[in-house]
Amino acid sequence: MSNDTLTVEIWRGREEGEFQTFQVPRMASQTVLDIVTYVQRNLDPGLSYRFACRVGVCGSCAMTVNGKPRWTCRTHVDKVAGDGTLRIQPLKNLPVIRDLAVDMTEFFQKWTRAQAHFVPTATRGDDFAQVSPDDPRRKEASAGIECINCGVCYSACDTVAWLGDYLGPAALNRAWTLVNDERDGGQAARLKAIAGAGGCQSCHSHQSCFELCPKHLNPTAAIAGLKRATVKAALKGEI
Amino acid sequence: MKTHRNHANYWAFVLHRVSGLALLLFLPAHFYVLALAVEEAATLDMFLSWTEAPVVKLLETGLVILLAAHMTGGLRILAIEFLAWRDWQKSVVAITGGLSLAAGLIFLLNAG
Repeated sequence: MSNDTLTVEIWRGREEGEFQTFQVPRMASQTVLDIVTYVQRNLDPGLSYRFACRVGVCGSCAMTVNGKPRWTCRTHVDKVAGDGTLRIQPLKNLPVIRDLAVDMTEFFQKWTRAQAHFVPTATRGDDFAQVSPDDPRRKEASAGIECINCGVCYSACDTVAWLGDYLGPAALNRAWTLVNDERDGGQAARLKAIAGAGGCQSCHSHQSCFELCPKHLNPTAAIAGLKRATVKAALKGEI
Repeated sequence: MKTHRNHANYWAFVLHRVSGLALLLFLPAHFYVLALAVEEAATLDMFLSWTEAPVVKLLETGLVILLAAHMTGGLRILAIEFLAWRDWQKSVVAITGGLSLAAGLIFLLNAG
């Protein structure tokens, strides 16, 4: 293989399909998203994939790269294509729409199911809530709020693969930030939603979500917190 | 290995699952042998003398390691689920592995 081109295998089709091989010129600081974009603009305009910001903020460009889910816009080819080949597939655990684009509907529906939204308790007449940055609960919430909804953790989670009903690391991580939000008024409903079937207790603590989260968040730690919170609430008879 | 599964905590899960299944297969055999003491003492004695063979001692060492791995792995999971989160999870996996191997070694040293 020449050093100035890269052999790239890209998934084409839906659940049924095959890999198509392309030769892509190598460039300095090239990202996996650059590769996919090159293929679509120069070799095959029919290639479907999804991206928006290109700088790791929007969370829309995640794909499976050489077996692992990654945010492609900030994954350098040098880091993942050691042997000079790149195999790019859609995210796992989500239905494939076409080629590298997956249907995220189920992923976001699970956020809704986990009651992963803020329930306000104050009115516009109230003053701003004062939450100290040193408050332990504030620290727990801060540790998890930078999620960009890219779906990498969901794709890396074997529990999601084994138990289709499982809410998944991202939705539960968001729920944990809200459990630690002292301004939130939806705690009982949320704990009830995440304690049931497919909830936090289904997690096997494989920690692949933590290993692969591009934002270095730790959904396993969040889920462990939810396990303790739901057990505590159940013992108190609150849920 | 190019898979999302190739990291210490996943291997700890695999070991816990495999050791659990292996012990599940072992336990009925274990209880069967114990039951021999009640009705077939001679057969039990024969079995016990067989267990003195070095190769059986080696197999037993494996069994001790599996038991220890399953126990320490279980304690690790209980710690994750009921104690405050610790960021040194990979060290915990290493400790459980070390303790399991140490248990096997102690058994082997006392096997003679």
